[in-house]
Amino acid sequence: MIRGKPDEDEYWNSSKFKAFTFDDEDDDFTRLKESKRAVNSIRSLVEEEDEEDDVEKVSWSGEPVGSISWSVKETASSIRSTGEVRDQSFPKINTAPSLPKNSSGYSLSSLFKGTTHDWTPEETVKRMQQGKVYSLEKFRSLQDKLLLLDEAVNAHDGNVITAVLIYLKKSLSKENLFRELITREIALRHYIHFLKEIEEQKLLLMQYRDHLNIRDENKRRDFLKSCLSLPFSPDDATHVQDHYTLLERQIIIEANDKQVESSGQADIFKKYPRKASILNMPIITTLYYSCFYHYGESDGTYSSPANIRKTFRISDKQFLLTCLGARAKLKAWFDVDALFTTKNWLGYTKKRSPIGFHRIVDILQKNNAPVQVLQEYVNLVEDAEQKISLAQKYKCHDVIINTYRDLKDRQQLIVYRGKVERGSSEYRKIEEILSNSVR
Amino acid sequence: MAHSVRRDAPELPDFSLLKRLARDQLIYLLEQLPGRKDLFIEADLMSPLDRIANVTTLKQHDVDKLYKVEYKPIVSTSDQLCFLIRPRIKTVKWICDVVNADKAFGRFRRYKIIFSPQKFYSCENLLEEQGIFGDVTTDEWSFYLLPLDDDIISLELPEFFRDNFLEGDQRWVRTAGSALHLLHSVYGPFSKLYGIGRCSKMAYESWREQVEEGEQRARQAEIGNVFLIDRDVDLVTPLCSQVVYEGLVDDIFRIKCGCVEFGPDVTSSDKSIKVMLNSQDKVFNEIRNEHFSQVFGFLSQKARNLQTAYDKRSGMDIKQMKTFVSEELKGLKQEHRLLSLHIGASESMMKRKTKQDFQELLKTEHSLLEGFEIRECISYIEEHINRQVSMVESMRLLCLLSLTENGLLPKDYRSLKAQFLQSYGIDHLLTFSNLKQLGLLVEQQPGETLTVMESRVGKLVNDKTAGKLTDAFSSLAKKSNFRALGRRLNLVPKSDEEYDLRVPRDMAYIFSGAYIPLSCKLIEQVLERDGWTGLEEVTRMLNGHEFAVTAGSNGSDARVKTDSQRIILVMFLGGCTFSEISALRFLGREKGLKFIVVTTAITNSARLLESMLDNHA
Repeated sequence: MIRGKPDEDEYWNSSKFKAFTFDDEDDDFTRLKESKRAVNSIRSLVEEEDEEDDVEKVSWSGEPVGSISWSVKETASSIRSTGEVRDQSFPKINTAPSLPKNSSGYSLSSLFKGTTHDWTPEETVKRMQQGKVYSLEKFRSLQDKLLLLDEAVNAHDGNVITAVLIYLKKSLSKENLFRELITREIALRHYIHFLKEIEEQKLLLMQYRDHLNIRDENKRRDFLKSCLSLPFSPDDATHVQDHYTLLERQIIIEANDKQVESSGQADIFKKYPRKASILNMPIITTLYYSCFYHYGESDGTYSSPANIRKTFRISDKQFLLTCLGARAKLKAWFDVDALFTTKNWLGYTKKRSPIGFHRIVDILQKNNAPVQVLQEYVNLVEDAEQKISLAQKYKCHDVIINTYRDLKDRQQLIVYRGKVERGSSEYRKIEEILSNSVR
Repeated sequence: MAHSVRRDAPELPDFSLLKRLARDQLIYLLEQLPGRKDLFIEADLMSPLDRIANVTTLKQHDVDKLYKVEYKPIVSTSDQLCFLIRPRIKTVKWICDVVNADKAFGRFRRYKIIFSPQKFYSCENLLEEQGIFGDVTTDEWSFYLLPLDDDIISLELPEFFRDNFLEGDQRWVRTAGSALHLLHSVYGPFSKLYGIGRCSKMAYESWREQVEEGEQRARQAEIGNVFLIDRDVDLVTPLCSQVVYEGLVDDIFRIKCGCVEFGPDVTSSDKSIKVMLNSQDKVFNEIRNEHFSQVFGFLSQKARNLQTAYDKRSGMDIKQMKTFVSEELKGLKQEHRLLSLHIGASESMMKRKTKQDFQELLKTEHSLLEGFEIRECISYIEEHINRQVSMVESMRLLCLLSLTENGLLPKDYRSLKAQFLQSYGIDHLLTFSNLKQLGLLVEQQPGETLTVMESRVGKLVNDKTAGKLTDAFSSLAKKSNFRALGRRLNLVPKSDEEYDLRVPRDMAYIFSGAYIPLSCKLIEQVLERDGWTGLEEVTRMLNGHEFAVTAGSNGSDARVKTDSQRIILVMFLGGCTFSEISALRFLGREKGLKFIVVTTAITNSARLLESMLDNHA
């Protein structure tokens, strides 16, 4: 359905800095009041004033941990969680079997060593989850801090885990925090994500990624160079090396071509002005560019296709595809032809391709190759059925007619005669074949 | 298919109440900052907000001007600024800049941040660090659930997938629990919950705790059963090309918050038009779940009927004509407009798909699902990469290959990765690291070397411990076991049988009969067995974390076959696709059930993979 008020719609999508001022319209206040009642009737949707006055909760504050009432409550809750199902209630399920309850190695008994919190770690975490007032300052010993962290992890609430980690970050030295985080994978991942978000990345090997923030190409190149010493896997190290080499060369090619283009020395730039700079383009785009503007250069120059092919270990198949695309775009059919032509030792020429000729046809067709060019490659398709269907798709009449002639398929020739224009050259050709052949 | 609805299928609950609740709470919050104020809205909250309120509503509550959050200095002259945002560090940072700029300028204003659906401590901590805690008041707008249609409810949290499954950040677990709790309080009490996945388990726990904290109100349940499922239980399904109408429209035009923008190629005029796609659109409602190949026939039949209806006019006398105009014409015109729109969309999709050799692409996908001619598939993918065709499509195929084959051979992995980086940019090293960490694209043998991600962490700690971490991370990148699961659950029908798409026999129709989505098959099996009994091998291959729980014995109506027992709420944690929704609708029709899909966001292959990208500044 179409949205009711197109002007509002328009507004949502176009409001940039233009402010919008409304004029008065009538309201639906009664409905509002009614639904407001509904909202308020559902608890916890609208967060009421803080529940500090709640009797049950207040009994916690000031009560020394380890007191009788505390331990009674503690026991009661442990009974509940071991599966005694209350009416209408749902059982607790073990949510993190991989995570031992006290992975810190500190038992609950460490709580009884005389520290007096207003709230236990469990209570604190619960209060944090519920958005109530809490206090972390009293978790001062390393043990207490870790107990708190583990409790947050056990509650599965990422928001609280991160809140505790922020407190630990402020109140523990890096070395201490990291040492403890190593054995706490869930907490560690929250911490890494948090650091990432606040962009405090100096600690992390996000350095390689940082190159994206550098605009100046020379600075970016130098930065990439500095990344070469980082402990990448051998494979990744090769890729980073390539990245550096690529940008280094792109800078050289760009400077040169810019100058050549503006001086108007080379026809190719006049005929096909560059649409964008080659800086920061992928390797294959760079190769395409090189096949487009620098075809035939000796492999000694950085900008030559041969040099790029060799430097970046480009496969035959990839090289051919890219070269083909570039030369076909320029309608350099002679170059296209040369790509496939091989001579054997007797000097005969033959057309070969590392990819099926039906693909070549497809690429040529997408580059608007004329029928004369297309049909040469359609002819090279091995599978007769595929050949005919391609020929029909691209209207290569000669290929179709010759194939039917070779197959001596008179019936198909007659059918095809009906499809071509009466009196055209292909029509006459079919007529000729039909009349020459013996019935 | 719309005709084959079983008569006894129960009615769906009315979810418009959720919209009203959200709107009224927003009004309540706006009233907490009395007087005229300018409102800054986060870009991705605008569409959801649009679905529940309009400019008039906001205006009635003293909102003067509206702005989109754009991370630039502001030009407002108002004395009160209100920010309606997601709890994100980046946005809060920007607000800090705004406030501190005002301070430096000696300008006094009142500020309020409304976080939706909840606030995070890390955001408040930032306010504190920036010295503006207190200058800025904060609130929460518990807008957890946006009904997109009669049977689709979205949390509109696309970042859930990346945050939870890639970063390992559980910040949204409680959000999911709260959303479920809201549904439970309004449409429950639920009597049975099934689930699979680590996040599902945690969300269940969070929900259970919230139920225990709150008070129980006795009421007649509208929704009886719930199924929770983690997106990473089934990553294959969202990576498949969608061929059911609604999914295809989403893949091609991207449906945003239930609304799609059709360009000039669809409207055959010079302007684009925005269309709501839901059950209110009678034409769309009849084709949304159909395989695309069936849509043309349906639309042309519909067009002929319409013609006949119009033709009735000839031969009418004045009185009949009057009745016709007042009673029928409007409906016909409406239908006419919708029909031409969907015909236009179908044509446009057809054209695009022909251009990209869709048939061949689908063939490759089906071969991967079937485990047939894998070498040919690899060559196809390789050429796709070599020709620099769509980067996301190449990545999608690579991930499908990895997921279905339990990882790539090291030789293939290295070669395809190298070619990918050559074609699309070496920055994608970061993408590969993310895909590996999530288990979307992995090598068959766990390498001993440090990848980018692991060495990142390695630097964080020290070299000695880096090894431990590598182990930890590689254990996260779990095996997908797709082939074995496929055999066990009959996910891939035998390809030699003819599949009649006009009369689908199972959920495989959504993928042209080639594959039954794993996610939906699990739901079907568990409902049929009323639990996981007999599926032990399957759950083991899915890394466990399955559960099935029933309300305590006093929840007596659990055994009574009420309508609510045949309404099943399926919650996808990490997103679900329109194809999966179509499959569940099919299943519902077959079994006389009604499914309600709750999802953290509507996803598809492109959205899922784009969330893995890191190669932008």
